[in-house]
Amino acid sequence: MNLLVEPGFFTSAPVQTALIVGGGTAIVSGVVGVFTVIRGQSFAGHALADVSSAGGALSFLLGINPLIGLLGMALVAAIGMEMIDIRRARERDLMTGIVLGAGLGLSALLLYFDVTTHSTTGAAITVMFGSMFAIPPAIIPLALSLGGGALLAIFVIYRPLLLSSLDKELAEVMGINTRRLAMFYLMLLSLAVTLAAMTVGAVLSTALLIGPAATALRLTKRPLSAMLAAVIIGLVATWGGILLAYNSYYWTPGHGWPVSFFIVALIFVAYLAATHLIRIKGR
Amino acid sequence: MFSSFMINTWIVVTLVAVVAGLVGFFIVLRGASFAAHALPLGTFPGAALAGLLGINSFIGLIVFAGVGVAGINQLAKNGRHEVATALTLVMLLSLGTVFLSIGSQYSQQVYALLFGEVLGVSRAELLPVAAISILATGLTVRLFYPLILSSVSAELADVQGISAKKMELWFLAILALATAMALPVVGALLVFSLMVGPAAVARTLISRPVPAVLLSVAIALFTVWLAIALSYETNWPVGFFVGGFGALFYALAKGWQAFRRGGK
Repeated sequence: MNLLVEPGFFTSAPVQTALIVGGGTAIVSGVVGVFTVIRGQSFAGHALADVSSAGGALSFLLGINPLIGLLGMALVAAIGMEMIDIRRARERDLMTGIVLGAGLGLSALLLYFDVTTHSTTGAAITVMFGSMFAIPPAIIPLALSLGGGALLAIFVIYRPLLLSSLDKELAEVMGINTRRLAMFYLMLLSLAVTLAAMTVGAVLSTALLIGPAATALRLTKRPLSAMLAAVIIGLVATWGGILLAYNSYYWTPGHGWPVSFFIVALIFVAYLAATHLIRIKGR
Repeated sequence: MFSSFMINTWIVVTLVAVVAGLVGFFIVLRGASFAAHALPLGTFPGAALAGLLGINSFIGLIVFAGVGVAGINQLAKNGRHEVATALTLVMLLSLGTVFLSIGSQYSQQVYALLFGEVLGVSRAELLPVAAISILATGLTVRLFYPLILSSVSAELADVQGISAKKMELWFLAILALATAMALPVVGALLVFSLMVGPAAVARTLISRPVPAVLLSVAIALFTVWLAIALSYETNWPVGFFVGGFGALFYALAKGWQAFRRGGK
C-alpha cells in the first residue's frame, strides 16, 4: 500500500475532472471570498448557494446542464435580495433570510417533482451535498470560462469595490454608485458559489467561500496578499481533499468517504491553526 | 384532513408554530437570521448519527444542537460572528455527509429530515415535542425583558447589570431547543422559514414588543395551518408553502408599510 498516493490517482478520468473543476472553484472562491468576509456578507453567500439548489433541482427535472440551472436561480435570488434599498445591516440580514426561505421552499417542491417524475431518490443528496467524482467532463469549458470571467470582472472593479467594502460613505463621497456596485458584486458572488455548489454541493459551498478567506484575513490585513493566501489555502484543501477521498477507497475496502468532508475538514483545521498562530504571536 | 391519523400532526404543528413565532421575534430583533438558519441545518446530522447508532433521534438532535451553540460561541470569541456561524455550520454538515455515506440510509429519510415530514406524526413523537416546547416557551417568557433590552441596546442592558454575552448564550440555547423540537416535523431547511417569516411581518407592522410577539405567533399559526391543509390537498411538500407564504406575507407587509407612509 502506498502511503501518499494510491495507484491510478493521476490516470483516472473522474479524478482529473475533479482536480480541474475543483481547482478553478478554489481560485474564484478565494478571491471573491475575501470581499465577502470584508463586506460581512457570509450569510448572503451561504443563502445564494442554498437557493441555487432549487436551480440544480430544476435542471435535473428538465435534463439541462446543471450549471445553467444553478447559476440562473442564484442570479434571481441575488436580484431579490438587493431589490429593496437597505441601509441597516440587520435589515439586510432579514431580507436575505426571507429570500432564502422562499428559495428553499421552491427547492423542496422541485426536488419533490424530481423524485416523483424520475423516481430517482438520490437527487436531493446529489444537489445538496455534491458528488465531485461524478462531474461530467463536458462541463469543464463552461465552468472554467465562467470562473475566468468572474476573475476578470473582479480585477476591473477592484479599486471601487474594495473602497466601498471598507468605507461605504467615503466611496459615495467619491462618486461611486455603491448600490449598483453591491448588486454587481452579488452577481459575481452568485457565480462563485454556483461553481462551488457544483463541486462540494450547495450546502457546503460556504466552506470554500468563507473558510480560506477568513483564514487568510487572519494572517494578513493587506487585501491582495489575503486573496493570494486564500487561493493557496483553497487549492491545497480542495486538492488535498480529493486525494484523501480517493485514498479512502483503500482504507475501508470498497467504500469511499465523501470528498466534501475532507475539503471542509482541511479548511476548518487551517482556520483553527491560523487563529492559534495569531494568539501565540500576540503574546 | 381531520381524520384520526392527522390529529397528532395538527397538535405538533400548532406547538411548533407557537414556539417558532415566539423565538422568531427575537431572531428578527437581534438580526440573527444566519444563526437561526445554521443551527437547524447543523443539527440535522445528529439525526443521521442517531439512526446509525440506533438511539432515539431526539438525543442526537439535542447533542448536535448543543455542539452547534458551543461552536458558534467559541469561534465568535476571536473572530466575526457570521464567519464563526458559517464555519460551525459547514463542519457539522460535513460530518453529516460522512454519517450518511457510512449509514447508506434511504435518501427518502434524508429528504424528510431536510424538508419535513408532517403527515404521519406518531404518538411517541408527541410527548418530547410538547415537553420541549413548554421548556422553550417558559425560558423565553422568563427572560423576555432582559432579552429585549440586550437585543436593542447592549450598553443599556449593561447598565442594568445584564450581561449581553450571557444573554447571547441563552438566546442560542432557546434557539437550539426550538430547533431540535421542530426539525423532525418541518425539516431542517424550513424550521428557519417558519421562525423568520411571521416574525418579520409582525415587526414590520407593529413596533411594541408584546403585541408584536402575539401577532408573530398568530401569523406563524395561520401560515402553518394553511400550509398543512394545502399540502394535504396537493401532496406537495409543506416546506414549499411555508417558505412561499413567508415571502408573500412579508412583501404584503412591506407594501402596506410603504402605502401608509405615502398616505401621511
